[in-house]
Amino acid sequence: MIVDIGIVAVKAFLVLFMVLNLAGILGWIERKGSALIQDRIGANRASVFGFAGMGLINTLIADPLKFLTKEDFVPPEGDKFLHTLAPCMTLFTALVTFAVIPFGDVLVLGERVINLQVANLNIGILYVFAIGSLGVYGIVIGAWASNNKFSLMGAVRGSAQMISYEVAMGLSVIGILMVFGTLELQEIARGQGTLIRDMLPESAGFLRSTVGRLPAWGIFLQPLAFLLFFTAAVAETKRIPFDLPEAESELVAGYHVEYSGGKFLMFFAGEFAEIVTAAGLMTTLFFGGWQVPYLMRDGFHFPWGEAVVLPHLAVTALQVGAFTLKVIFFCWLQILLRWSVPRFRYDQVMRLGWKMLLPLALLNVIVTAIVIIALQ
Amino acid sequence: MVPLDYYLILSAVIFAIGVIGVLVRRNLIVVLMSIELMLNAVNLTFIAFSRYLASMQGQVVVIFVMAVAAAEAVIGLAIVISVFRHRRTLDPQEMQLLKW
Amino acid sequence: MDASVILFYVISVLLVLSSLMVVFLRNVVHCALALVVALFLIAILFVMLHAPMVGVLQVLVYAGAIMVLFLFVIMFLNPTASEPRRKLWWGFGSAAALLLAASLAALLSNGEAPADPVTATETFGSPETLAKSLFTDFVLPFEITSVLLLVAIIGAVVLAKREP
Repeated sequence: MIVDIGIVAVKAFLVLFMVLNLAGILGWIERKGSALIQDRIGANRASVFGFAGMGLINTLIADPLKFLTKEDFVPPEGDKFLHTLAPCMTLFTALVTFAVIPFGDVLVLGERVINLQVANLNIGILYVFAIGSLGVYGIVIGAWASNNKFSLMGAVRGSAQMISYEVAMGLSVIGILMVFGTLELQEIARGQGTLIRDMLPESAGFLRSTVGRLPAWGIFLQPLAFLLFFTAAVAETKRIPFDLPEAESELVAGYHVEYSGGKFLMFFAGEFAEIVTAAGLMTTLFFGGWQVPYLMRDGFHFPWGEAVVLPHLAVTALQVGAFTLKVIFFCWLQILLRWSVPRFRYDQVMRLGWKMLLPLALLNVIVTAIVIIALQ
Repeated sequence: MVPLDYYLILSAVIFAIGVIGVLVRRNLIVVLMSIELMLNAVNLTFIAFSRYLASMQGQVVVIFVMAVAAAEAVIGLAIVISVFRHRRTLDPQEMQLLKW
Repeated sequence: MDASVILFYVISVLLVLSSLMVVFLRNVVHCALALVVALFLIAILFVMLHAPMVGVLQVLVYAGAIMVLFLFVIMFLNPTASEPRRKLWWGFGSAAALLLAASLAALLSNGEAPADPVTATETFGSPETLAKSLFTDFVLPFEITSVLLLVAIIGAVVLAKREP
């Protein structure tokens, strides 16, 4: 009993540690990346004993220290309690989502079988959406408690945008749920360990020998769903090109104009934690989660017949490593997006969400259903 | 295990609190929110019965209630918006004219 | 008393408190947030009653969509006029509600309700069982609900649209 609780605590600690550190590192990558793209030297101020090149570690420590030593300002006409609650909501919802994302298969230590996932819920993905939908409250409460017109405008935009894109996001995942027949994220990740070959009928000989050799990852089965999910996820994290709620050039900083110091840091960290969570979801749903192509529980089994036997610990390490690498890749992709595309106009955001993503997601569901029935 | 009565009494209390809100509040939005509270009290009894009789019907009904509640909230708020545009108030007492 | 009873008491006290806040707080935004807390607590009760799917839907639909819509409308209209308070009216309303609660409680706790639940199977309340009864026994209401939602969407668009 105590050992079980201890294992869960260790897993939760590890996941929180990874997500928060990754969020901090992403802050640095974003500044360094913007400098790279804009052809200037950036993020080189925090230098300890001339180690400006080690900016990563310096910025990880120097940035939070700088934020935490600033004055914590609450607008005099604002609501002090809600003003404090809002950033906590944002950070909390961003962090707890990662609890259901599996970062590896089972780890067998002697008699004990450890599922490498903090919480295995049979409603898995719905939990993600439920918690994600609570994320709106962070910006709505924060903006209202600031008693500022720009904040309020940002919150009105943000709440409408997040509700709209949640619909598209939920519908785009339905295809994946239909293919793998489960809501549990660990089961979805396991289902992606087979090859496409196993899903096709015997008669499709040519397909089986060509496409069939690919692993059955979501991206190969549901490419349209991935595009829709990616777009909706970027909109949900409120980043460029969807950063209408904070649009610096129109609303100063939108819903967090009146935030400073530690509370602003929490909003900031929450945004990056959301990026990490979105990357984790994309990895789990569409890129095989912790799966390495052709890696089974006892080693590699290539479709052309070769096999490499590996010990259990090496397999688990490879899986966790693959998951981490994939998550980092998708984080980087989302960061890169920020310096590549301009911001949408508000009516364009709404039109894209309701008139493009939603019908396409519905179409995807119908086509998936027809294909599944045809293959049975 | 908690007896079924406890859940029923709890939901009766919540329902009554919702009734107070509908009766005495002079703000249409809060009245709508009180109605949501009453609907949720009823949902709680459905779920409690579903558990104690081990029947899925209660849970299914709750899903329908949620759909109806969503529709009710949407239409109610749309009415609130259009009334507010005409009368600049949310007080139901000011809305007793049939024509404006 | 085992852990579930203590949890039930804690949640009921918090639930009654937050419901009272919905009705008695002056600020509309505070009312809405209290209602979010109440809905979240009810979702926890659902999960305790072996209805995890309905509990998550409760958070997703009520807290995640309906209440955000309420907050959106509150911020959109931003009503500044404070509502008048008439003590007599409040007294009448509260007395009527108390009477209602007392009679409901007396009716409900007549000792006929089963004290112990029927033992549920492992899959009770899981998405599969819920979906099965939703798509077999309740197919017609399910389809009619979709029509209802469509009508609600059209109605809301027509009502809230600004005249050109």
